[in-house]
Amino acid sequence: MGFRMDVERFDELLTELQKNYRIYAPVLLKGKGRYSETDTIRYAEINSIKDVVFDKKSVFSPKEVILPITQTLFYFTEDNVIEPKVDEKNILIFLRSCDIHAVKRLDEIYLRNRFADSYYAALRTKVKFVLMECEKSFENCFCVSMGSNRTDEYDLFVRLEDGKVYVESKNETFDGLFKDEENAEVSPKFVLENETVVKIPENLDQRVFKSKMWDEYDERCIACGRCNFVCGTCACFTMQDIFYKDNPNAGERRRVWASCMVDGFTDMAGGHSFRKKYGERMRFKVMHKVYDFNKRFGYHMCVGCGRCDDICPEYISFANAVNKLNDAMKEVE
Amino acid sequence: MENVYIPFSSRILEIKQHTDIDYTFKMEYRGEVKPGQFFEVSIPKYGEAPISVCEIGDGYVALTIRRVGVVTNEIHNMKVGDRLFMRGPYGNGFDIDIYKGKEIIVAAGGTGLAPVKGIVDYFASHPEEAKSFNVLMGFKSPKDILFRESIENWSKTIQTTLTVDRADEGYTGNTGLITNYVKTVEIENADEAQVIVVGPPIMMKFTVQEFINRGIKEENIWVSYERKMCCGVGKCGHCKIDDTYICLDGPVFNFTQAKHLVD
Repeated sequence: MGFRMDVERFDELLTELQKNYRIYAPVLLKGKGRYSETDTIRYAEINSIKDVVFDKKSVFSPKEVILPITQTLFYFTEDNVIEPKVDEKNILIFLRSCDIHAVKRLDEIYLRNRFADSYYAALRTKVKFVLMECEKSFENCFCVSMGSNRTDEYDLFVRLEDGKVYVESKNETFDGLFKDEENAEVSPKFVLENETVVKIPENLDQRVFKSKMWDEYDERCIACGRCNFVCGTCACFTMQDIFYKDNPNAGERRRVWASCMVDGFTDMAGGHSFRKKYGERMRFKVMHKVYDFNKRFGYHMCVGCGRCDDICPEYISFANAVNKLNDAMKEVE
Repeated sequence: MENVYIPFSSRILEIKQHTDIDYTFKMEYRGEVKPGQFFEVSIPKYGEAPISVCEIGDGYVALTIRRVGVVTNEIHNMKVGDRLFMRGPYGNGFDIDIYKGKEIIVAAGGTGLAPVKGIVDYFASHPEEAKSFNVLMGFKSPKDILFRESIENWSKTIQTTLTVDRADEGYTGNTGLITNYVKTVEIENADEAQVIVVGPPIMMKFTVQEFINRGIKEENIWVSYERKMCCGVGKCGHCKIDDTYICLDGPVFNFTQAKHLVD
């Protein structure tokens, strides 16, 4: 079902939706960029469609909405363990096709992979997707190569064009909301071509560990982990216990995002650690995204959003690294 | 949905000190558990650590804990009657049936003896269930030797070989690396013998190689891996190697699989 309405009317409906939903979208954060006087685009709650940044890629992926950077697992006092309450409201997320594909990867790890994670599940079941279309491919995107450029796994599709809002609803939950709006033919256009193309070698396997291609990253990478933090599919976390300064008997156990590129990821008490070289960490990450996740779950982890390439302070390109695997396999064969 | 991260509290029934830094805590526990599995043990405020089970008994599990970090330092301050938080058991553990009726050799380095101790305990008290049972144990020095009493008891029913890397004054036992003793183990039928190797990464690498040199088949060699783990349930990602989660698919692996695990 498609509808057309004014921005003001759409915002009225957003307000109506806010009674039951928290609505997240990529927004411009003034002055919050990495350098002084620069801005950034990240996910936050919105009150108007005018808050949504449609024409640029968000720096962070929407994963922070369902997998918070820091998440309290429980509070403790002496022998008592208390789980935090889950917000009653449902969640609407404005996101792109690649991001919807990325959430499927998070689902794979957090809802399946033997055990289900109740914290993730509690938020995830509340989520409905609002698809944003990409008018054209952004810099560093390679969604077409990864097959994440198209999706029909959305509840609403929203396009803002010439002061009008076009909405496609695929979820009957929203039928009542839009029933008085003007009908229109609305369907999303998907990117069919990216400037960046990646080719994963068909014969890729662990032999590539021996390639010299990884040495380059020993020098170039600074192990800051930004690539992991902006990635929509990176799911790792570390446990962290804290206690309150004013009452050391009370505290909480949290999980915080972790990065396989950052020091300490493999450190064990007693001194053993693995992948000390940054090139080895790059190899671990690249292979997870385009080789071993697929081996375990049957499809590639990387969705080609290119955020890792956008954010790298050393201008390391993940897409280039994947393409280099082709020569690297020839080198080791 | 079950919340897998919520720990239960368990009372410390007994504490046994082996060395300056290694204590065994007998913890109240009723439930299924296998040798080689592990628990996430925690103290609120300090954090969680994966600790393997070293002994399983009626109403308890024993955990041997070396004081090497924030959590284990604090655990060592605990007294009998105090409570620790635990969740688990996690991991696959050893499948005792695989070894029954065979020549069995266990090679353990340092605290690596803890995860295999359950296996040794079992066959030491059921020696008739194995064709033969040899346990090789290597420690850094005499003061690092763990489970002295158990070792003495084992030697009544199974073959035990204890060695230290460096002897000190008054020590009269074996010295030298465990690999030297692999060379001397009597193996009747190398095609059938089952071998378990657990210890620090470098010790496992060379000890396994030595057994292969002795003609032991790769598919009859078993190892147990130790990695950083924050969850134990395949989520946190720290223990993953290639497509394998040590916490879910291990920590016990057949060598034919383990040899492909490159960090």
